[in-house]
Amino acid sequence: MTTTTPLDKTLPLGKTGLSHSTIFWVGFCVVIAVLAAAPLMLPEFWRRFLTEVLIWGLLAMSSDLLIGYTGMISFGHSAFFGLGMYGAGAALLLVSPPNLWLAILFGLAGAAGAALFVAYFSTRLRDIYFAITTLIFSQIFYVIIFTWTNVTGGENGLIFTRPHLSIPFIYDARFTTTTMHWFVLAVVTASYLILRRVTQSPFGMVLQSIRENEPRTRAIGYPVARYKMVSVMLSGLFAGLAGVLYAVQNEFAAPNFVYFLTSGDTVIYNVIGGIGTLVGPIVGAGFFQLARELLARLFGDQFPYLIPLGLVFIVMIIFLPQGLLGFARRWLNR
Amino acid sequence: MDAVGHFFHSIPFDLIVIQTVNGIVAGMILALIASGLTLIFGIMDVVNFAHGELFMLGAYMGVIVIATTGNFWLGLVASALIVAILGAAIQILTLRPLIGRDPLNTILATFGISLVLQNYALWQFGPVSRKIPEPISSHFILFYLEYPWYRIVIAVLSAAIIGSFWLFLKYGKYGIWIRATAQDRIMAQAMGIPVPWVYTGVFAIGAAMAAASGVLFAPTTGVDHSMGLDWVLKAFIVVVVGGMGNLGGSIAAAIFVSLLESYAAIWMDPSQAVIVSFVVLILTLLFRPTGLFVSTPR
Repeated sequence: MTTTTPLDKTLPLGKTGLSHSTIFWVGFCVVIAVLAAAPLMLPEFWRRFLTEVLIWGLLAMSSDLLIGYTGMISFGHSAFFGLGMYGAGAALLLVSPPNLWLAILFGLAGAAGAALFVAYFSTRLRDIYFAITTLIFSQIFYVIIFTWTNVTGGENGLIFTRPHLSIPFIYDARFTTTTMHWFVLAVVTASYLILRRVTQSPFGMVLQSIRENEPRTRAIGYPVARYKMVSVMLSGLFAGLAGVLYAVQNEFAAPNFVYFLTSGDTVIYNVIGGIGTLVGPIVGAGFFQLARELLARLFGDQFPYLIPLGLVFIVMIIFLPQGLLGFARRWLNR
Repeated sequence: MDAVGHFFHSIPFDLIVIQTVNGIVAGMILALIASGLTLIFGIMDVVNFAHGELFMLGAYMGVIVIATTGNFWLGLVASALIVAILGAAIQILTLRPLIGRDPLNTILATFGISLVLQNYALWQFGPVSRKIPEPISSHFILFYLEYPWYRIVIAVLSAAIIGSFWLFLKYGKYGIWIRATAQDRIMAQAMGIPVPWVYTGVFAIGAAMAAASGVLFAPTTGVDHSMGLDWVLKAFIVVVVGGMGNLGGSIAAAIFVSLLESYAAIWMDPSQAVIVSFVVLILTLLFRPTGLFVSTPR
């Protein structure tokens, strides 16, 4: 129920006499208010579920910067997500007492390293070549993490304890599921606002012109390669942030999350929700996770939920490539 | 001087020979997979993400047919035919509506197909890996190893399949259709070649080659639902290193990468030897982004 609330933003499209930005920001506040109030009403399981949807949504949103705005499909976002996870894990295990902000810093540093590597090599290539090389690079990180057992714990991953939610000199308390949710919501909201600002800035406009016509953008005189690298780095940083949040919420880092399937899920969220909208991927993540949960409840845990969801995905690519929120794309980006 | 001599002395000659044979065998299987992949890309502009799953399904079809008939070679042929029909159906249902759209749409669609096929296999056949007995059980002595003849047969058969496919492309009527479509699809259509059906045929041929390599490879390890991803990744590396859409380059790159990997396995853990092929890919991207085995950089 609550996961579909971002749709509210697209409702007041009619001639209400209010300006676009009034409607947008009122809708925005309503959605945030609903999401913030949700954990007070939901049972424990769905509270955690909603938090996870937000985290997956952040990952998908970061990838949308590449897919939807720069026109490059990344099949390697699991690497950034995973490095964020392991970076947070390193901070939480090495430094005592565990510090939340240090975990975020370490996670971002890890993701930035991976993003720099991927950006430097794979932005030399375009379209499908970019997609393939990002996939292969994410597998490099997977193999390293999986086999370097001394440092990363190999197949077992790392287990650590959750840090306190601390704002220096003001607040210091253990995370509860509710404060965790609010913290994640705050981070995701801030990320959305930053990414929205970025995509509407002159920099974001250049990214979109690369998507529309790369040779022309280059001919006008923009250093396309540098813009692409920055967009991959930026996208990687936000993906790493999602990884940190996931690690803090679940208190572990596992190689499974660096594996290709995470990247694949990210792409699915984007396509289902609607690329180039930033909020679409969050809706897509919600739709996907909700469908998965419902299928598991209806047909049992062993049910191969990816078969029906994969079919939905294929059908959407053929008949609805704009995704669920595609109809509101222009409106959301204005 | 002494250090250099010591280095050469420390290279185990027998291991090098064994790993050369291993590398060539693995390389021929990889070449068979990659040539289907590069064919589909070269002609249809489709990066077939589901290629590894066709390989995996081919192996499963082989398991089923061999279990019922007991004949390996019948299994090989039947599996190739079944997967070719499946490939044709997939192409007609999902890729044909996407002709003329951005190639990125096709990579997404084939990714969806690979998800569906992989999870279908997991659901249908379960997570336990299946075995196919080697059809030829005799061995020959390679230093201290009893090396199975079957592996040599794999390499020779793969080479034969690729070779006959090349002859078909060169001299067969439909092979000429395929090459004409690859060269200029609008002109080919104007000449009366049914281009959409050529696409379907090419996809079916690529699928059949993947299935055949799946059956050939199955006896050396097991068959399970996730075997496709490793191979499709390797095939992607090979196809990029060899030059996208370049058949000869893919085959050369397949053998090159496999040889390097098996040499690396002398000193490293096999699961880490994969990194060598990643390094080859990175170096290729740095210095020859159009592919190592392309004579004239485009």
